[in-house]
Amino acid sequence: MDILQIFLNESFWTASLRIATPLIFGVMGALLCERAGVLNLGIEGIFAAGAMAGWLAVYLGAPLWLGVGAAALAGAFFGLLHAILTVPLGLSQHVSGLGITMLATSSAYFLYRTALPDVTSPPRITAFQPLDTPLLSDIPFIGPILFEQTALTWLAFLCVGLVWWMLDRTPLGVALKAVGDNPDAVNAQGLSVYRLRFAAVIIGSSLMALGGAFLTMSAFDAFFFGMVNGRGWVCIALVIFASWRPGRALFGAILFGMFDALQVRLQTEAGAIIPSQIFLMTPYVLSIIALVLVARRADYPRALLQPWFKGQR
Amino acid sequence: MEKTPVLRLRGLTKTFGPITAADAIDLTLHQGEVLALLGENGAGKTTLMNMLFGHYTPDGGTVEVSDFTGGMITLPAGQPQAAIDAGIGMVHQHFTLAENLSVMDNIMLGSEPLFALKRDRKAARDKLRKLMEDTGLHVPVDARIGTLSVGERQRVEILKALFRDTRILVLDEPTAVLTPQEADGLFIALREIVARGLSIVFISHKLREVLAFSDHIAVLRHGQKVGELPTSEADRKAIARLMVGAENATPQRAAVSVGAPILGFQNITVKTGNARTSLNDLSFMLHAGEILGIAGVSGNGQSAFAQLLSGLITPDSGTLSLQGVAQENPTPKSMIDSGVGRIPEDRHHDGVISTMSVAENMVLERLDDPEIQQRGFLNKTAMAENAKRLSADYDVRGPGITARATLLSGGNIQKLILARVLDRDPKLILANQPTRGLDFGAAAEVNRRLFAARSNGAAVVLISEDLDEILQLSDRIMVMHDGTLTETDSRDRAEIGLIMAGQTS
Amino acid sequence: MMQLQQRQSQSMVMAVLIPVLAALVALLLTALPLMLAGANVGEAYQQMYLGVFGSKFAFTEMLTRATPLIFTGLAAAVAFQARLWNIGAEGQLYLGAMAAVWIGTGLIDGPAVLMVPLVVLAGALAGGLGMMGPAVLKTRFGADEVVTSLLLNFIILIFVQMMLEGPLKDPMGLGWPQSMPILDQAALPKLMDRMRIHAGLPLALICAVIAQIMLTRSTWGFRVRAVGANPAAARHAGINVNRTLLGVAMISGALAGMAGVSEVAGLKGYLTSDLSPGFGYTGIVVAMLAGLSPAGVVVSALFIASVFVGADSMSRAMGVSSYLADLTVALSLICVLVGGFFGRFKVSFAKKATA
Repeated sequence: MDILQIFLNESFWTASLRIATPLIFGVMGALLCERAGVLNLGIEGIFAAGAMAGWLAVYLGAPLWLGVGAAALAGAFFGLLHAILTVPLGLSQHVSGLGITMLATSSAYFLYRTALPDVTSPPRITAFQPLDTPLLSDIPFIGPILFEQTALTWLAFLCVGLVWWMLDRTPLGVALKAVGDNPDAVNAQGLSVYRLRFAAVIIGSSLMALGGAFLTMSAFDAFFFGMVNGRGWVCIALVIFASWRPGRALFGAILFGMFDALQVRLQTEAGAIIPSQIFLMTPYVLSIIALVLVARRADYPRALLQPWFKGQR
Repeated sequence: MEKTPVLRLRGLTKTFGPITAADAIDLTLHQGEVLALLGENGAGKTTLMNMLFGHYTPDGGTVEVSDFTGGMITLPAGQPQAAIDAGIGMVHQHFTLAENLSVMDNIMLGSEPLFALKRDRKAARDKLRKLMEDTGLHVPVDARIGTLSVGERQRVEILKALFRDTRILVLDEPTAVLTPQEADGLFIALREIVARGLSIVFISHKLREVLAFSDHIAVLRHGQKVGELPTSEADRKAIARLMVGAENATPQRAAVSVGAPILGFQNITVKTGNARTSLNDLSFMLHAGEILGIAGVSGNGQSAFAQLLSGLITPDSGTLSLQGVAQENPTPKSMIDSGVGRIPEDRHHDGVISTMSVAENMVLERLDDPEIQQRGFLNKTAMAENAKRLSADYDVRGPGITARATLLSGGNIQKLILARVLDRDPKLILANQPTRGLDFGAAAEVNRRLFAARSNGAAVVLISEDLDEILQLSDRIMVMHDGTLTETDSRDRAEIGLIMAGQTS
Repeated sequence: MMQLQQRQSQSMVMAVLIPVLAALVALLLTALPLMLAGANVGEAYQQMYLGVFGSKFAFTEMLTRATPLIFTGLAAAVAFQARLWNIGAEGQLYLGAMAAVWIGTGLIDGPAVLMVPLVVLAGALAGGLGMMGPAVLKTRFGADEVVTSLLLNFIILIFVQMMLEGPLKDPMGLGWPQSMPILDQAALPKLMDRMRIHAGLPLALICAVIAQIMLTRSTWGFRVRAVGANPAAARHAGINVNRTLLGVAMISGALAGMAGVSEVAGLKGYLTSDLSPGFGYTGIVVAMLAGLSPAGVVVSALFIASVFVGADSMSRAMGVSSYLADLTVALSLICVLVGGFFGRFKVSFAKKATA
């Protein structure tokens, strides 16, 4: 039937990668935080804050890349707040994260309404355009899929490489993995548990915000309320699915993108017979199934959720 | 030759709330010397060393280290990095290893600049190889820590400390998890290193080790230094008295006639996924009035054994019987109801709920008891009376019965658990490491209670890493190794040690 | 160097003072966004105050807004006491509302004495079953209930939309995706003439009282608190941890489901997919402000409802976005978290030893 046609269509693969891009940023961010032992449920709100900050900066006249910087900065700010609450203060990572999500989301919405009190239809910006790489774009099938994505998608791939290289090949990565497993090991070797965790949460949150920025500056060109729509939570599930490994996380995000793209296409194919909502649900249902399948085998960072206090006994 | 001091502590003081853990302590360590810090649990040894290493910030006093050009420098307080840079290495009682990393990564952690773009693993590997040759401490360098045995992890800890060009090594209770033979091997290796100019501070509460291994002894009690002398002039009895403060009589062992069979193991096998920690075809019968001591290095199946008796796991095959009744699918509740009293190994983790009150913790195992509840509602008066009575009978001291259990000291938490368990007159008592971490007085009290229960006709299973404790308390001794139990009539440390290491005669 | 020291005990005064202070600080911090929006801060606070206490109608509106928050706050408080992270109250609320609509729009007919309890029970059951899903996935497969209950919110909301365009759609609704109106005999009665306040409020208060008694006085509550504080020790002491968690999931979901019943059968009269502006998530803040105590939930729900109703009214009067209320609510959560830290620890700053 037509399913095979869908897979042979390059626009399906282009869409899959486009849908996967914000998730790649989000998963990398969540992975960094959790590898250092801090669960960051602020992700959903940080997505919204990044989407808003990037878009607003560009709307106010900044160049696109400065908008990306603004988004990262917004993410870093909320990351810093989450780190203060959960690292030296050792407060519940669950509750603090949900608080950050509420704070970041409402800040973004409030700021949008305050900056643009009277608009009825969301104003648009000139978003990142698909790259047109000479020669490479002309490769049949692969060319359009890979080389006509926007620069942000390529930045996402670059992030995966960087995170993998950092965790696997540098002293910093070894220290980060150690602090998520046993903070005492890091402390005993004269490194600062707090600094490592602060760094991981702040940088991780910036990456999450880039995922949000992709939504308003590449996938769409405007800011909508509720546009994050659970993508952050999906990332949290994907990190567990990926067992905290960057490569697998990339795979998981793309897989998710494929299912989502497929769902949209099946919806148009079968929309007359099956209610469209059934298809809309599938990404969330699949995330839950993926989580259940790996849950027992998941190799949780041992120090995840555990507060650590210096000099306590 | 005049001895050069390499480390000097002056007036180090640290308080935790109302407790003074270290009270103006002065100590001097000389080059190429082994200084033993001797004292019971809670005497302040670990606190002192944590201040030396910068983990705790002292409330007063200074740490001076030789700069190895003849002068002494004062270490800034509360900075582990400064201590490491000054050549101090510490081997903690609780391992500080990241289990998800390899031996190599754990050892290199912190030894190279954090923001280096590349890691020079080859040079580090060569250095580690040489270190292993020199010390005779060998470990698989690329294995993940999580896959190593306790003894191997101990060696990694020491190598990790020596790797950073350590000149002063602090060892905190290094033999706690080793067989007697492994401990002897460790001391031989360390002697070798001391001969090359290393200085060692050696923390222990085991008098025998201290006398055998150290050059100089400092005795701590209740946070104060109560004595210091060269090991050659040390008198065993006098030091023991210094340590404890007073002569403590060993509990009187009344002769008790063996009674009816209580606990039966028949070909019990438990698979944990790891051959060493599984239980392999165990069979024995324990009777009323017997104390069965289970000796062995931890990680040889003791934990599965204890979980089985606690009802937390069920055997994969074989039959567990209590008073002749086979237990089908035991649960914690069915074991409690069948008269098993369980004193867990990790009393903070499994024994009490630290954010709940003392009174609540004292009824934790009897929520169905009509004395405590009527129609599902708690009888708070009965709970309070129960708590008052048990606190008085078992001498549980703390801020009161409505205070959260977290405010109790380790010894009082153990007394709370004893009270809860023994008050129900259990037929079988599982005491898993019941005196670990307790000071002498509290430990003696625990032992006295166990003896009393035995006299009243209970059967006791005592699991302990402390061979002296096993020898002192047990009517029968079994040694656990790789998930099997070997009963022995021997009361000779060396002979039992061989069985602990897996060599059956 | 910062030194932490655990406090000997947490006094009752502290337990009350911390959330009150946190709420006040959050209200004060709200001045920052108000200034950003260029509003007259003093006037804004005054408008907010009047929006709640300015008239009898305003006050009953606040109570009406507090009603679902008491339910969702209780749902979070009960679950969090057992450390069961039910973040799915939003979805469970919709399940409850859907069940109420299903039963109450003509499936069964009978007198109010029969219909009202039936509708409430159906909603509670639906909500409870909604949380059983994540709880079973947690106890059987070890799947993190935070993520599953969160994702379930999205699934349920889409499901509601599907139902509203399908079987539950009101044929007389002019094509709008909304349900048929609930029958009069199945609706929660109004409490006062010309006011929207309805019987959901007394029902919520009764639930709070029962929850308070059960948690502090019953062996069930003892088990719940034990499992929450230390599951390993609870299990060791013979408490069936999984069974306790499943029971808590059922109760917590049922409370959230009743929030849905109360909104749909007490206030709106019919179901739409924007029934709740996030009551489920706000319930978490309500519970945290209350220190997870059911009695406290009532008070903190009143506070949060005041913030929403006051900000709405201020927004209408002064043109400042009503998202300000969400901002204040989020700030209260952060403030009470920080306050809890100072309640647990005594913080002192020791001077570095000068050599």
